[in-house]
Amino acid sequence: MEIPYAVKTRPDTGLNNGKLAIWLFLASEVMLFGALFSSYVLLRTGAANWPEGSQFLNIPLATLNTVLLISSSVTVILAWSSLAAKNVKKFRIYMLLTILLACGFLVVKYFEYAAKFNHHYYPSTNTFLAIYFTMTGLHVIHVLGGLAIKLYHLFPGFKVYKEDPERYLGRIELTGLYWHFVDLVWIFLFPVLYLL
Amino acid sequence: MSAIDQDKHIKTYMIVFVTLLALTVVTVAISYLHMSVIPAIALGLFVATVKGSLVAAYFMHLIGEKKLIIWVLIFTALFVLGLLLLPVFMHADRLENYYVS
Repeated sequence: MEIPYAVKTRPDTGLNNGKLAIWLFLASEVMLFGALFSSYVLLRTGAANWPEGSQFLNIPLATLNTVLLISSSVTVILAWSSLAAKNVKKFRIYMLLTILLACGFLVVKYFEYAAKFNHHYYPSTNTFLAIYFTMTGLHVIHVLGGLAIKLYHLFPGFKVYKEDPERYLGRIELTGLYWHFVDLVWIFLFPVLYLL
Repeated sequence: MSAIDQDKHIKTYMIVFVTLLALTVVTVAISYLHMSVIPAIALGLFVATVKGSLVAAYFMHLIGEKKLIIWVLIFTALFVLGLLLLPVFMHADRLENYYVS
């Protein structure tokens, strides 16, 4: 028996299950990161001294990361748009580009973290680094999760497109929504941790 | 989606993309101005909010989204406001010094 409203929208809400589910999930994620931002405010206002971001962090690298993530947000929506127009080749190209940009972000993050550990800057060093590693670390885990889902949909999961293209398009839309959220978190993390 | 609709959507995405890049430059430029702390934080967060709103409105298609989703987000925003007010309440109760690094 088929689950109702997996693809078709409910007449009362105008939504299908996936759309409502992803937004409810993103709402919970907002609370998760919101709690960390709130902790940051508390720690900073309560600290006698708070270092400037540039003292420990590399602003040019983080700016590059911001550009990479914003670009990946554009390519993921272009991927969905291409698939909606039934252009599978363009969809694949844009999705691959998104994956590459996400990998680029992770590579830059690796160099950032490695440089810090080489200088013996660890989460335990001071409060600023503790909250920096916690927030960016959790964000990196979210990037990895998004990357895994995109790789799944592009390769083993693509068979769903052949069976039910509308259902697959819905999945790509939800993947995109999650990815935009990951980008959104970074848009706030970057100025808060690095610049302010 | 018709070809004309798709072109219009793509044009919108590209305009938002360029705007986001420009605002990133603005964000970094603000940090080089060496403003005093509170105006710097307010301006930096304002620019971040504009960027976030563009991503939410155009990339996440919140413009023209169904009412139920908007209500879910309004509720979420209220709860986040509560979260962010907690440090303010702790300050009022003179509790923030318990977390000095």
